[in-house]
Amino acid sequence: MSAPVATARRPWLLWVPLIGFVLLATIFVIGLRKPDDPAISSKMIGETVPAFALPAAARDVQGLSSSDLADGTPHLVNIFASWCVPCAAEAPQLEMLAKNGVPIVGIAIRDRPDDVAGFLTRYGNPYRRIGSDTTSKVQIALGSSGVPETFVVDGKGVIRLQKIGPILPQDMADVQAALAAAR
Amino acid sequence: MKGARTILAALLLIAAPALADSNMPSAVLANVQLPDAAQEAKAKALMETLRCLVCQGQSIADSNADLAADMRSLVRQRIQSGETPDQVRAWLVKRYGAWVSYEPPLGTDTVLLWLAPFVLLALGGILALGSLRRRAR
Repeated sequence: MSAPVATARRPWLLWVPLIGFVLLATIFVIGLRKPDDPAISSKMIGETVPAFALPAAARDVQGLSSSDLADGTPHLVNIFASWCVPCAAEAPQLEMLAKNGVPIVGIAIRDRPDDVAGFLTRYGNPYRRIGSDTTSKVQIALGSSGVPETFVVDGKGVIRLQKIGPILPQDMADVQAALAAAR
Repeated sequence: MKGARTILAALLLIAAPALADSNMPSAVLANVQLPDAAQEAKAKALMETLRCLVCQGQSIADSNADLAADMRSLVRQRIQSGETPDQVRAWLVKRYGAWVSYEPPLGTDTVLLWLAPFVLLALGGILALGSLRRRAR
């Protein structure tokens, strides 16, 4: 038998499996207790908004292009859709921001003009412009993966913040702080 | 009558999750192969190694999510316009991080992932060598 000889010569070897197990178990427990965060954050923070030009998403609204964002003032770029349920939940918050003079522009994802118009009559229209992104092209170019998502873009057209999910009342402070910092 | 109602209820159960999706037709080339077979093969191989952002754990080639369809459309269009698969992958990684790729590049955060197999293999080799030598004695 060779194993007892080895452990007799180096008695600490006996502890290696136990220490290995405890180490692994600790890693697994920490991993299991960490809350699951399936959100994928954009790596475009700090980058200039990629060039794009989107047609108007509904009648009586203007389309959106990247040059509209680099006009010297910070913007909120809200990615939404009429078929998106949580997008309705953030409508009051967007309305309040718009009332405070924050320029909000929208990008409607995979949407039809009539549906967008219906959404705006139902939940209000805080948008100065709404571009229609029927194939998620601009959404992907921004590193966004769902609706609703909101980007804070500074006056030079540089992305400063990404908010994944609806802007709820408790998120207002963060958004306003990011807007102030982008000024 | 009762059977029909049960079927209807079952159908409604299946239909409920679809509320979260748009009902737009899929983007061009999302579900259509490229006319050039060599390009399609390249695009297909690439799509199988890109992760769907919505149904995480599936590749965009396997996923039915709207965003996956739009990503397939984007991949095919870029390959068709002459970009190499590596360029398309790099374009997406710049936006979503290495996470979006099933072939993570070697970096400071992935060094353990890449080197662990070799380290473990070396460790196993040393153990095997030691044990074999002892048996030979």
